Amino acid sequence: MSWKEIEEGATIGHDLTKSPKTGDWRYMKPRVDKKNCIGCGTCFSYCPEAAIDFDLERKADIDYDICKGCGVCASVCPKKAIRMAKNV
Amino acid sequence: MSKENKNLALTGGAAAAEALRQINPDVMPVYPITPQTPIVETFVKIVADGEADTEIIDVESEHSAMSAAIGAQAAGVRAMTASSSQGIMLMSEMLPIASGMRLPILMLVSARAISAPINIHGDHQDVMAVRDLGWIQIFSENVQEVYDNAFIALKLAEKVRLPAMVIMDGFTTSHSVENLEILDNSTVKNFIGEYNPKNYLLDFENPKTFGPVALPNSYFEFKRAQIGAMDEVIEEYFDICKNYAEISGRDYGLFESYKLEDAEKAIVAAGSTAGTAKMAVDELREQGEKVGLLKIKLFRPFSYHEIAKALKNVKNIAVLDRTVSFGSRAPLCNEIKNSLYEIPDTKYNIQSYIYGLGGREVLKDDIKKAFQDNWNEKETKYIGLK
Repeated sequence: MSWKEIEEGATIGHDLTKSPKTGDWRYMKPRVDKKNCIGCGTCFSYCPEAAIDFDLERKADIDYDICKGCGVCASVCPKKAIRMAKNV
Repeated sequence: MSKENKNLALTGGAAAAEALRQINPDVMPVYPITPQTPIVETFVKIVADGEADTEIIDVESEHSAMSAAIGAQAAGVRAMTASSSQGIMLMSEMLPIASGMRLPILMLVSARAISAPINIHGDHQDVMAVRDLGWIQIFSENVQEVYDNAFIALKLAEKVRLPAMVIMDGFTTSHSVENLEILDNSTVKNFIGEYNPKNYLLDFENPKTFGPVALPNSYFEFKRAQIGAMDEVIEEYFDICKNYAEISGRDYGLFESYKLEDAEKAIVAAGSTAGTAKMAVDELREQGEKVGLLKIKLFRPFSYHEIAKALKNVKNIAVLDRTVSFGSRAPLCNEIKNSLYEIPDTKYNIQSYIYGLGGREVLKDDIKKAFQDNWNEKETKYIGLK
């Protein structure tokens, strides 16, 4: 590309619709048992991908487009309310 | 011109802080170093008094100060900092990152000698050492210019999206109290306007990566585009100075020509020494000598064509550098010689002087004496050397 058309300051714009989803890498999938979840937020702060948020009932809610299935949430959950199972 | 303008007596550092108060930057990461201290110490007091709502970040080094400023500016806000000497040396790794990423960060510099040996006093070695890192550099002669240049530099930086340094002489300007005129708050606010970044990290609709790797297939093009941005500066600077003259009554150019029209001998200098040189020029003119001065303001980018035009008819020129380029001729002198090369078939006699290193005083009589020297191109001369 010629210097006249190149992006200013070498910034790269991203088209999110075309970007790969890290969720595609997942082998093990965390599942939240919403009955046992107490909404303490431990998984929320530990998740390395920031893939966990609260739902309307303040229960852990995982964004599977982003979750890579590392299992940190399951291991830190004080209520054992998150379980890892094979991705299907 | 507004009627609300008021006259104050401030140090260069406090005048810079007053300009910062009126700009009200969003983020200011700072690390203390003499003689930059009066800038930040005055400004944090202003923030503590609630007169500005800048987020001050006390960082652990100047490297971090510039890194934090880059992060904040990339996020999409106005970030500024201030430094001197070794602080600028430590920042030097981050300076080309700010310019390469096209982030219009404003840095107020109180120029000082660099180590070793340790010296805290004023000269231009720190800013000259980083002159090729893609920053706009504007020299200020006095306290009024420090204040005015802060607004001009900010507006210029944001227009072309390049970082800018406003340079004052350490101690001579930063710590000396002078009278200056302060514009009223709303005039300044209208002049600088809101900051509208072109690319910024917190633009969630258009996510972007800043500072990616660029290999041999694209790096060269990015750098060429950056050269293009620097080329735009001079034209924009004219327009901005014109607008600034309308609100302040102070008309600044790329440089100041002082009694140059019929001059047979002229001195070129930057910073506070230009003020001293004006007095020397006035006194020599009274004795009938045709002498003049060209005061450098915008040093990066350097306005070769315009300076060549201004000096065209002066055959004897002395260039005063307050810095050294070891193993090379002094940088400002090189630029002046470079400028005059484009005037065809004319022989100029250009004398290089080095003066005032480590804060060595340069007085009016020193400059008068320099005017009376025999100027030649062969060797560099030194003012005030024992």
